[in-house]
Amino acid sequence: MAANTGTYLIQGAAILGGDPADLLIRDGIIAEIGTGLSAEGQDGHATVIDAAGLVALPGMVDVHTHLREPGREDAETVETGTRAAALGGYTAVHAMANSTPVADTAGVVEQVYTLGQAAGWVDVRPVGAVTVGLAGEQLAELGAMADSRARVRIFSDDGICVHDPVLMRRALEYVKAFDGVVAQHAQEPRLTAGAQMNEGDVSAVLGLTGWPAVAEESIIARDVLLAQHVGSRLHVCHVSTAGSVEIIRWAKERGIDVTAEVTPHHLLLTDDLVRSYDPVFKVNPPLRTDADVQALRAGLADGTIDVVGTDHAPHPSEHKECEWAQAAMGMTGLETALSVVQHAMIDTGLMTWADFARVTSTTAARIGRLTDQGRPIEAGEPANLILVDPAARWTVDPSRMATMGRNSPFKGRELPGKVVATFFRGHPTVLDGALNTPHPDAAATPAGAA
Amino acid sequence: MKHLLSTEDLSLSDAIRILDTAEEMSAVGEREVKKLPALRGRTVVNLFFEDSTRTRISFEAAAKRLSADVINFAAKGSSVSKGESLKDTAQTLSAMGADAVVIRHWASGAPYRLAATDWIDAAVINAGDGTHEHPTQALLDAFTMRRHWARLSGTGSEGTDLKSMRVAIAGDVLHSRVARSNVWLLRTLGAEVTLVAPPTLLPVGVDKWPCSVSYNLDETLLNGVDAVMMLRVQGERMNASFFPSTREYSRRWGFDDNRLRALDDLGMTDTIIMHPGPMNRGLEISAAAADSPRSTVLAQVRNGVSVRMAALYLLLSGDTRETAIHRAPAFAAAQSSKESN
Repeated sequence: MAANTGTYLIQGAAILGGDPADLLIRDGIIAEIGTGLSAEGQDGHATVIDAAGLVALPGMVDVHTHLREPGREDAETVETGTRAAALGGYTAVHAMANSTPVADTAGVVEQVYTLGQAAGWVDVRPVGAVTVGLAGEQLAELGAMADSRARVRIFSDDGICVHDPVLMRRALEYVKAFDGVVAQHAQEPRLTAGAQMNEGDVSAVLGLTGWPAVAEESIIARDVLLAQHVGSRLHVCHVSTAGSVEIIRWAKERGIDVTAEVTPHHLLLTDDLVRSYDPVFKVNPPLRTDADVQALRAGLADGTIDVVGTDHAPHPSEHKECEWAQAAMGMTGLETALSVVQHAMIDTGLMTWADFARVTSTTAARIGRLTDQGRPIEAGEPANLILVDPAARWTVDPSRMATMGRNSPFKGRELPGKVVATFFRGHPTVLDGALNTPHPDAAATPAGAA
Repeated sequence: MKHLLSTEDLSLSDAIRILDTAEEMSAVGEREVKKLPALRGRTVVNLFFEDSTRTRISFEAAAKRLSADVINFAAKGSSVSKGESLKDTAQTLSAMGADAVVIRHWASGAPYRLAATDWIDAAVINAGDGTHEHPTQALLDAFTMRRHWARLSGTGSEGTDLKSMRVAIAGDVLHSRVARSNVWLLRTLGAEVTLVAPPTLLPVGVDKWPCSVSYNLDETLLNGVDAVMMLRVQGERMNASFFPSTREYSRRWGFDDNRLRALDDLGMTDTIIMHPGPMNRGLEISAAAADSPRSTVLAQVRNGVSVRMAALYLLLSGDTRETAIHRAPAFAAAQSSKESN
């Protein structure tokens, strides 16, 4: 356990939005919780943090991040992406496998894992590819990745759907051997050839090739039935349609072991924004209609959708400063997720901060089988937690973000909620809303070791 | 009006103004010297990312009749095909002092990007973008229809609209920028539009459009129609399961000789047949229909030049654009020697 992370006394934080309490953080764990705790302990003076008016939450865990390294270091690196994560309130991220080379071997996932450790801002947990080269033809060495130092538990060809039903079945079955989960990017490829945006009233007017909801829903329907048939665990990435929510709700009622994720942008933005033809709004799956947004919010609130995943997808500016059809798909999200979810779910009365902790941390850590993340805020637990000012308001300015991506669809919007501090295994990676320092001995501490 | 990007957001007064100005321009085309000095010293760039000789020469003729300098920039075979971006191309044209950019692009929305970004400060005219819009085509179609409609009611065209004119647009609506631009403009001008197409070639969401939809061309003709516009069927649709075969398409949705006779039999002597060109004779339109006195195909081409002159004139010489005032004299002098070329 880290010995040199210092001692911090957080005074008067509303734990999960409840009554104010003091938290004493020492040696990487929450040493004490109470009222009127003293900064003068037996091992010296604690740094005092006045948290009056702030909410204490478990450090957020992202099940869906694109860090771009190795291969596209012009878009993002593990260092810049995890700085963005820390600023956004995250203490762990799952790095998607679509790097170059693809994270489809033990070697590549260990490289990403090691880069994350060296950076020291958050736990970086690599996601392993399901198929070799994301090509959808042959299973990657899932077991080798699971057994590697990166201890991969989530496998995904994200960006591409594992559309071959036999291959999907085999993957679902195979990962049972090491308690893994297949995270599916649900997109029927033939129904979405050349697709540019949600298929509906807006695409009809704009003359952009449609991405129909049925292309997502048909894959989810097939996959939940496959998961039931072989008794496996399935995770559905970035659910975007009302119909998908209904299918997942139906599957859960039948006892199928499925979890689902929604992105912050799908909780707030609609395809009307595409009328500008500004590719900052181009994303996969595409922005949908207001009816879909409302269904996704309801699904997240009632537990049908388990987690918020950012699908943080930074791109160099030249991939967005072009024609819509030429532009890359994807939006940044790590540094706006908390604010967007507060705006869409908490300020609307649909969820409490305790619910927020469940969908951004507790359940996300469980899906990725992270043992020391998403823990209760209790004495003796690892000190992965954040302090949030829910009353703050700020205007999104992508040029000031830590991510290298400038492709935030929230540019210029005023949003509520600000991460004031992030504690990663007892060390403040973020203080006063700004980056502090990485964990001093992150590289020496195996992530995931409780 | 700073740009002409779509007919969806074109107001009735702007539409009428363009059509009325086009009538004036049309008169110039009848003169022995078909040239006005209105845009002397102004530079119009035809920026074509997609081959379209017809549209390009129509815009070129329009700009030249207004005495503008014309630069034709065909993106194929240029630096664009070597990977130069739209942004770099636009900035290059801006640095060269383009006053207007006429853009044809295979990507829907590309003209919007030029107009919305700070890449170039020039008037942008959409000369067809992907499957989105082709506003000058719709304006020339409306111009053609308006002349016909006004003649039937024994009045002049100026200032009139298309109130209660029944227009059928038949063919591949899904992939047609011409259909989209026509639907919005004809709505604005008060016409009653029916789209006729196989269900596979209508966009999801067409039910929200300000028009009727039919799958049956004969029924639409039977109900009475004042203009029938046939859309071109693109070759690449033919093997993508949008319809079983070209012969079946032609039988059900083509304007064939039987349907030409039907117009006569139904006593619709004043119904015109339109086509934006280029035509697939024998597929969406029979040779007899294309060459019949009802056909306005060549009038549409002629009117295209007038409408494009009107658009260029209104965008470039309107007093809302101060560059029009400040730049014109100096450039006019410098260019006068070249004009005779």
